[in-house]
Amino acid sequence: MDDDAGKPHAEPVEEYEREPVPERAWLGFSSFVGQYAGEHTAGTELMIGPLFIASGVSAPAVVGGLFAGNLLAVLSWVFLTAPIAVRARMTLYFQLEKICGRKLVTAYNLANGVMFCFLAGAMVTVNATAAGLWFGIAMPGLNDLYPNSVGWILTVAVMGVLITFVAAYGYKVVARIANIAAPWMVLVFIAYGIVAARQLGIDSVESFWPKAKELIWTGGAPLAGRAKFTFWHVMFFAWFCNMAMHIGMADLSVFRYARKSWYAVGTAAGMYLGHFIAWLAASILYAQQLHATPGNTDVLPGPLAYNSVGIAGVLCVIVAGWTTANPTIYRAGLAFQAISPKSSRYRVTLITGALATVAGMFPAIAMKLLDFVALYGLVLMPMGAVVFVDFWLANRFGFERNYAEKSGVTINWAAAVAWVATLAACLMVVNMGGMQIYFIGLPGWFAAALLYIVFSRLVQRKEVRS
Amino acid sequence: MKRAALLVSVVALAGTILPPVLFFYGQMALAPMKEWMLVAAVAWFVATPLWMDR
Repeated sequence: MDDDAGKPHAEPVEEYEREPVPERAWLGFSSFVGQYAGEHTAGTELMIGPLFIASGVSAPAVVGGLFAGNLLAVLSWVFLTAPIAVRARMTLYFQLEKICGRKLVTAYNLANGVMFCFLAGAMVTVNATAAGLWFGIAMPGLNDLYPNSVGWILTVAVMGVLITFVAAYGYKVVARIANIAAPWMVLVFIAYGIVAARQLGIDSVESFWPKAKELIWTGGAPLAGRAKFTFWHVMFFAWFCNMAMHIGMADLSVFRYARKSWYAVGTAAGMYLGHFIAWLAASILYAQQLHATPGNTDVLPGPLAYNSVGIAGVLCVIVAGWTTANPTIYRAGLAFQAISPKSSRYRVTLITGALATVAGMFPAIAMKLLDFVALYGLVLMPMGAVVFVDFWLANRFGFERNYAEKSGVTINWAAAVAWVATLAACLMVVNMGGMQIYFIGLPGWFAAALLYIVFSRLVQRKEVRS
Repeated sequence: MKRAALLVSVVALAGTILPPVLFFYGQMALAPMKEWMLVAAVAWFVATPLWMDR
């Protein structure tokens, strides 16, 4: 392992927050492979795989959709995010501040922090399903939206408090545990699938595909309250579940350390280990549960893992959930702290963790994780289009790059309109037009780009006249 | 010491994935498979911190 390997895993103290990353701090390819492989084998993968089954997906649709969607995600990092990151070498926040102005970035940070809080809440929920296993508490069902027992609330509260205190005071320890656990976790995820496949009666590699179509991803009707998933749903979900990170440009902050932009192909480690193998393995676990106990539609990672590989499986759920909830709470805290820089980081992290814990008590977020993840990307995506257009196309369309920095405005109204109008239009199309949320991200990105171009020309022309 | 710890980690990884594979092919029962995986997990978390990222 080279000297700099693992640096992105260290405590996310934002070094070089307001300056380009100097050459001496650039990182090698292996750093990015390790980071993405670890971050995308999370406890929530055990929620997502089963939810595909609940949506009645077929075997060719899930395998083909995941392959294509993950490829598109990797290409988005390689061709959209990383080229800007290695040229500008700035955090997304600093780059946005130059383009959008301080007040608009504050609003973006608030949105980002809230979404991170809810995501961390889902991770706390996953952990609570593992911890609750020991105490035999009543756990939420697939369609539960609210806490369903005092035992559940207490279990989530205990897990949330533990995770929060560690995020505030022991971040580096958990970051190290995450590094150490990553290779083992990947193998345990694979083991889930192997064992559950055998329990379904699949006893050879040759018989896997025909039996998978018959017993696992049958392509039948979705479970009650779930939308039917096709190849296109799976592909767009796999592509856009990290939309905030690639076309939303959040990972500018990660790839500003990369020596070369092609290092972003390292994201494939996370996509194909976490979002392909782990999702498929988790799907098989759930199919086995439905096969063994028809009518038990609960998606509870703890019991699913325990029934498959025993205590080691539950340990994996706890470690996977904990090591990903930890940085998520920490990042949410950083986003909130940017709004109120004088606040203590520890106090902000503790308050953020408390919010995430309360969110985790509501199983709605975890049980509707596919929709939540799509919404999370959608909220942050328009600002990625703004950064892309500002970086590559501003001169071509006749307006100034980094307008807020040059003009001194605290809100660039062109970016504000592009963000808010795109988000409002997308949500309107989803809620009133009947388009499913998984498909709106792509047209939404082009709409945000177009709005930013048109309004930048209008705003900046008005400025010149006045 | 580091080399021994690395060796234990490699064996632990093998101990994590081989029992499920043996179970898949009907060469190991479910209960011992779970026990071996737990032993491998303990071995991994004891040995790996001794050489990784130090």
